[in-house]
Amino acid sequence: MCGIVGLFAKNSEMRASLGSHIVPMIVCMGDRGQDSAGLAVFSEQSSKNSRRINLFSRDNSYPWDTLSEKLSQELNCDFNALDNHAVVIASEDPQHVINWLSEHYSELFVLSIGKTIDVYKDIGHPLEIADKYRFNELKGTHCVGHTRMATESAVTPYHSHPFIAGEDLCLVHNGSLSNHHNLRRMLEKRGIPFETDNDTEVVCRFVQWRLQEGDSIEEALQKTFEDVDGFYTLLIGTADRIVLVRDAFACKPALIAETDNYVAIGSEFRTMAHLPGIENAHLYEPKPEEIYSWKV
Amino acid sequence: MESLDLAAQSVREINQFFHDLNSSDTREFEIHHPNGAHNIAVGIDAPVKLHIRGHAGYFIAGMNKQSEITINGNVGWSVGENMMSGVIRVNGFASECAGASGHGGLLIIDGDASSRCGISMKGSSIVVGGNVGHMSAFMAQAGYLLICGDADHGLGDSLYEAIIYVRGKIHGLGADAREEPMEDSDYTKVNELLTMAKFNHDPKEFKRVASAKTLYHWSPNSKQFAVL
Amino acid sequence: MNSNQSREESFSYNQKILNYIYQAAETGIYDIRGLGAKRYLPTFDDLIFLTASMSRYPLEGYREKCETKTVIGTRHAKKPIELDIPITIAGMSFGALSANVKEAIGRAATAMGTSTTTGDGGMTQEERQSSKTLVYQVLPSRYGFNPDDLRKADAIEIVVGQGAKPGGGGMLLGLKVGERVAEMRTLPEGIDQRSACRHPDWTGPDDLAIKILELREITDWEIPIYVKIGATRVKDDVKLAVKSGADVVVIDGMQGGTAATQETFIEHAGIPTLPAIRLAVEALQEIDMYGKVQLILSGGIRTGADVAKALALGADAVSLGQAVLMALGCNSPHYVIGDENVDVTNEYQALGTNPGYCHHCHTGRCPVGVTTQLPDLEKRMQPEWGARRLTNYLQTVTMEMTTLTRACGNSNVHHLERENLVALTIEAAAMAKLPLAGTDWIPGEKTL
Repeated sequence: MCGIVGLFAKNSEMRASLGSHIVPMIVCMGDRGQDSAGLAVFSEQSSKNSRRINLFSRDNSYPWDTLSEKLSQELNCDFNALDNHAVVIASEDPQHVINWLSEHYSELFVLSIGKTIDVYKDIGHPLEIADKYRFNELKGTHCVGHTRMATESAVTPYHSHPFIAGEDLCLVHNGSLSNHHNLRRMLEKRGIPFETDNDTEVVCRFVQWRLQEGDSIEEALQKTFEDVDGFYTLLIGTADRIVLVRDAFACKPALIAETDNYVAIGSEFRTMAHLPGIENAHLYEPKPEEIYSWKV
Repeated sequence: MESLDLAAQSVREINQFFHDLNSSDTREFEIHHPNGAHNIAVGIDAPVKLHIRGHAGYFIAGMNKQSEITINGNVGWSVGENMMSGVIRVNGFASECAGASGHGGLLIIDGDASSRCGISMKGSSIVVGGNVGHMSAFMAQAGYLLICGDADHGLGDSLYEAIIYVRGKIHGLGADAREEPMEDSDYTKVNELLTMAKFNHDPKEFKRVASAKTLYHWSPNSKQFAVL
Repeated sequence: MNSNQSREESFSYNQKILNYIYQAAETGIYDIRGLGAKRYLPTFDDLIFLTASMSRYPLEGYREKCETKTVIGTRHAKKPIELDIPITIAGMSFGALSANVKEAIGRAATAMGTSTTTGDGGMTQEERQSSKTLVYQVLPSRYGFNPDDLRKADAIEIVVGQGAKPGGGGMLLGLKVGERVAEMRTLPEGIDQRSACRHPDWTGPDDLAIKILELREITDWEIPIYVKIGATRVKDDVKLAVKSGADVVVIDGMQGGTAATQETFIEHAGIPTLPAIRLAVEALQEIDMYGKVQLILSGGIRTGADVAKALALGADAVSLGQAVLMALGCNSPHYVIGDENVDVTNEYQALGTNPGYCHHCHTGRCPVGVTTQLPDLEKRMQPEWGARRLTNYLQTVTMEMTTLTRACGNSNVHHLERENLVALTIEAAAMAKLPLAGTDWIPGEKTL
């Protein structure tokens, strides 16, 4: 049970100020979820083959400097860190960097790997998290965020949304699933690894599985409507898209606001009330089992 | 008109103000900067007039008695839930469960209403200028739901005695709901509701949906396993 | 000859199951009945008190004070509920019960300084007038719900579910939907009422938080708001109720009763009250809300010992439903008019049952006039007589509770601790996380 936010920038001005707009949105949704929060931001790819690797450490005084040096000297990577979070930008042979990290730095949790995606997840009130990681300075083409009131599983940074599936795909969820244990078993049998016991992760891995099987995102979501039971509003971010769906019952809220400059998505209108030009925005609600998508 | 401002006062302060009014107060008020806040103007019991200048959140004007409240914008879930009397008008669209469990009074939505509009109605009247979402008038017990636009699937599912009038397309009827022929009394009622809402439509364009009443009593013969 | 084998009843396909299958084959519809789970379950009877001896000194039974005052709803409300005893009366509807019964319950509760609760049909004048402290239920059906009654209430109880049928909605069959009930519920007379199982205007704890705020706003933040849950995923549910803003959580175990629901719900859904209370307390402790949000436990609370054990396990109060009806004559072979006992065994038999076996509340033909709307039956339970009976019963329960408390050396029933208890069976030990009597063993826990 939670709050969902999403913002899709249509021009360079909005992209430059993406973070400043998402902060009040995610803080407002702190009312729906005070336990933890997460944000996935999609920006430009650094160079043709580069990858961004987002890392998290539970250790509040993790020696990022040492890692930074090693990455710079040995692997020619760019690096920056803030608090518990760090980003590695690997321009050459990113797979090698990923392997190296998992071999030598297994204590660090990999939040995401992708061409354009950065992911921040932590426990605490969304206001604290937004502050800690300076969300207001973030720039990007689109972002997907979430505030969490934990239902069934524990409150840890890893249980927070968004969940990541493969590269450049993230998912946040509001609602409660009712057949996720069976789905998990089915996916595990097919070799899909899980990181947590969280029910939302099951939807994420389900979508991941369908994409791996060759489905388009639309086909994957159609399959989701058929196979995933319960109440869910899902907001998905890919390298170049934001996608929003609701289950057939549509008992968990969602609202869309569109202007010439942006598309905003939130669980309640309150989250968007501050956005520039909201008075004249086209406001509407997504219908059940329909796929709403915006492409960069 | 007296002005109140949610940028300067809290929802709590404004609600307390209205609760402290004499139950025969007839003044006119406006509230600025609602900004999607929830629970504005809930539990009012006085024949005041109130304008909410902007978009508002959930449960707006919940359990309203006597007052006439207009929202110059959209509302979130459950506007006018359990209203007892008075009039609520939403100029924009209404999110889910608009007019849930209303016992009396009139709710008018100029735009669309989302799903479950009029769920569990108990005697109120709801007039929607646009379309309604799925499962509208679910388990509606009494009262009238008038829809000038279309209705999504599941309309009037498990309906009791409430009557639904639809002008546009019905995308699907719910369990135990059926279309019935319009009688003179229906046209009169439709005209009455349209007049109250100040909508300009020809009553002859409306269809009547009511309960087939096959679920009123437990019976193995009415294939209730499909719905229960 | 194998004559023995032909006289052996099947364990799985015993007479009860045979009757079930025959009935299903004949009618094509499931069985509906009243009261709560009848099957054997681990209960508070499987726990016993370690009272005084050399290491613990008892209080004098009659001379030394044992405090029973209980305050409920301190988290947000300006006017929390103050009770003389930690024993309240659970929500039961007018409709399920007669007006006389509601009045008797109100009077007895007032006499004992405790609260009653409305049910799935709204507030009656009789109950508000006779009951000094009245909790107003908000149910998925919202039958009869209105802001005037809301403002007259002393507390609000949002019913998410109840132990008899967690996940199921209310039900009242046609004979009980008489003129007055039908009017209060805005239903056609004589209809088989079926209620929704989800609330009409919110789903999920994040939206419940906003609903709770709405109710607080309408009542000017004066009165406490309870959230009632049927015991299933108790830990998660209690934490979510607290996160949504509940002042009090009411946990109803599977033994909890109902006036009518599908038998399959009653017997096969929900966990017993015994583990439910332990889980609820742990949930509050894990989020550091124990003592800040109060817990009321219901579902099969019958005796003073039950109450004392519930408190020892961490409940702030208990709520009684079925026991209240029994104090008024439920399952008694006779009803009382003046000084006369009128035997009605034949009327039980006409329903297909016998005194002591009856669960036919759903028929509305209660032979002792408790769960009925028929005037001829209703007058068999007179409010004054009923109030006296119920007061007596509550008094007995209270005295037993304090007797055990004093024997534990406690001067206040809220000072009872889980360490006052041990278990008599392995299941009870595991469910309550208490040692098996005479051992250090708590199944599932590491021993030191």
